[in-house]
Amino acid sequence: MAISRRRFLTWIGAAGAGLSTVNTAQASTLTQFKGHPEGLGVLHDTTRCVGCRKCEEACNTVNDLPKPDRAFQDMSVLENKRRTTTKAFTVVNSYPVGSQDQPVFRKIQCNHCLEPACASACFVRAFKKRADGAVVYDPSVCVGCRYCMVACPFEIPTYEYDNPLTPKVLKCTFCAPRIEKGLLPGCVESCPKEALTFGKRNDLITLARKRIARHPDRYIDHIYGETEMGGTSWLGLAGVAFKDLGMREDLGTTPAPALTSGALSVVPMVVGLWPVFLAGMYGMTVRREKIAAEETRSEIAQAVKETQTLADEKMAKALEKAQAEKRTALEKAEKEKEQALKDAMESFKKENEPGEEE
Amino acid sequence: MSGEQKAESRTLLTPFNLIAGIILIAGLIVTVIRFTKGLSSVTNLSDYNPWGIWIGFDLMVGVALAAGGYVTSAAVYLFGMKKFHSAVRPAILTGFLGYFFVVVALNYDLGQPWRLPYPFIVGWGTTSLLFEVGLCVALYLTVLFLEFSPAALEWLGYSKTRKLAGRLTIVLTIFGVVLSTLHQSSLGALFLIAPSKLHPLWYSPYLPVYFFVSSIVAGLSMVILEGTLSHKFFHHSMDKTYLGEHDPLTLGFGRAAALVLAGYFTIKMVGLAAGNHWDLLTTPYGLWYLVEVIGFVLIPCLLYTVGVRDRNLTLIRFTSVLAVAGIILNRLNVSVIAFNWHLPFSERYVPSFQEVVITVFMVTLIILSFRFIVTRMPIFHEHPDYKDSH
Repeated sequence: MAISRRRFLTWIGAAGAGLSTVNTAQASTLTQFKGHPEGLGVLHDTTRCVGCRKCEEACNTVNDLPKPDRAFQDMSVLENKRRTTTKAFTVVNSYPVGSQDQPVFRKIQCNHCLEPACASACFVRAFKKRADGAVVYDPSVCVGCRYCMVACPFEIPTYEYDNPLTPKVLKCTFCAPRIEKGLLPGCVESCPKEALTFGKRNDLITLARKRIARHPDRYIDHIYGETEMGGTSWLGLAGVAFKDLGMREDLGTTPAPALTSGALSVVPMVVGLWPVFLAGMYGMTVRREKIAAEETRSEIAQAVKETQTLADEKMAKALEKAQAEKRTALEKAEKEKEQALKDAMESFKKENEPGEEE
Repeated sequence: MSGEQKAESRTLLTPFNLIAGIILIAGLIVTVIRFTKGLSSVTNLSDYNPWGIWIGFDLMVGVALAAGGYVTSAAVYLFGMKKFHSAVRPAILTGFLGYFFVVVALNYDLGQPWRLPYPFIVGWGTTSLLFEVGLCVALYLTVLFLEFSPAALEWLGYSKTRKLAGRLTIVLTIFGVVLSTLHQSSLGALFLIAPSKLHPLWYSPYLPVYFFVSSIVAGLSMVILEGTLSHKFFHHSMDKTYLGEHDPLTLGFGRAAALVLAGYFTIKMVGLAAGNHWDLLTTPYGLWYLVEVIGFVLIPCLLYTVGVRDRNLTLIRFTSVLAVAGIILNRLNVSVIAFNWHLPFSERYVPSFQEVVITVFMVTLIILSFRFIVTRMPIFHEHPDYKDSH
């Protein structure tokens, strides 16, 4: 087959177009989401925190949470390892660290992930990551499956297990209603030591880097939340290993949605190809059965035919034999007849002869 | 339900009915407490442990063990194993009841069960694997209902509708396999989002494949096991065809289970090697992992093989119990036992007595419904008017 120059060029052109789309697609999948550019955040500098629990108290007030079991002035609660609950969206724990006399304090609350696991896991889209950074929850659609709690790597969401009719998932809202009014989050506003700094996340990362550069002896060279699980709006600085402050260092940098996107991408492939495969299997089964039926039929026909031929042969032989027998019998009868005639003639002759003799 | 009571009143004082009755009463009591006082009144669930055995057993194990429906109907209608035809109806029935009570049990666990249709009405959370599970289970329950309907229609005497339902067989079977592939695997994929919580020996990117392949083992083994049990208790409802096909079926499904288990064991080893966590095998969790993979995957595989080679039906039946136990163990390991392994024991989950009561309650309801149906509808025998109509 001859290929014209023109057709060849068309092919090359098509291939080129194909390649260029592939490149665009690759570029887009390789892009990492680094958060909304104007997204807000909080930098928690654990080296400044004194464990005064003012943030806990403020959080309780601004969120209208029930009165705590023990007063916020009671510092003995710091001794126990506590987590977020339906009554406390933030807690401060104290961590005794090696040689230091003073324990290190660390505040726990929702980290407001850039690509939140809870939002990815929710099958009614009750969670939303807002452009201002807050991860907010809509209780009016929540079914109460608690998959968000399974998914959250920071173990933050809590659940109203004792509410029989309208149980909700509860967690820090980043004080989204206050931010909308131009106010600071309750905890940030109440912190007397400026251990919490509120601002644009990008600026906070710059600030944290500066602090680490200025005091390399005071800080570990890592900003917690810059890359953990794809990055979080809340960031942390520490003078000791983060894992000594109960913060996991093995979370990796993969955002939660990327952990399940592979499995989800297989779904349309199964829907598209499984019916083809299964219908093919069915078709092969039907065909096999048809062929088997045909084979049986032709075998039966063959068998009938063979029996017929055999019977015909037998019949022919029997006929031949019978005819042969008939012939022999006839010949024999003829012979006997002739013999009889001869005998009769002879006896007749004999009867006449004695007269001549007499 | 009224028919069930009727069935009970006829043979009221058997030990089985007595125990079942006690379980039903206990289950109803816990049900009332659950829906009036909330989850905390009857469960040991916590903020660290949002899922207990109502998800780990009732949902995860329930769905896996109900796989006999799609496995058997695919084998008979699509893969041409017509000689096992009489096994389809019991398998479809168990599948249907299994899924139905999975959904019932799910309503105990959900905070606001009346919002169960919300994912498909209010917010299409298509990024969630739970959305996929929910959609597939809802559709598959419908498929199972339709697949089961010929038996019910024959019983009720609606022959025209019965004919129509019969014509759908192949399409429904294909649809059922597609949906089962998707949600069986998605139940495993649910945990892909939590690599920091599930023990590395169980966490694997292959989790969806593991769940799908092992559901085939579960389906095949459950059909053998149910057949054995049904033989004991419902022998009188079985016709010659069923009884005649039963032993070849045990042998055939035993052979298939041996093969699939061999494949499952292989991909489990591939996952172990890919994860490169060999060092963890010597830890307590590692030993527990080996108990599962050797004791409940490799050994059933070998026993099925020996059973098939020697045509030893007793061994195959015994192995089916072992294989089913292995599936239960695997689902509980992934969702409860090896989940949150990083937490200290004081923050771990142990089911409460009431949670166990509800789980036993659900299993009892399945058995009672199964008994109610097979003693009335043409399940283990063909309806005299509809012979050769499938």
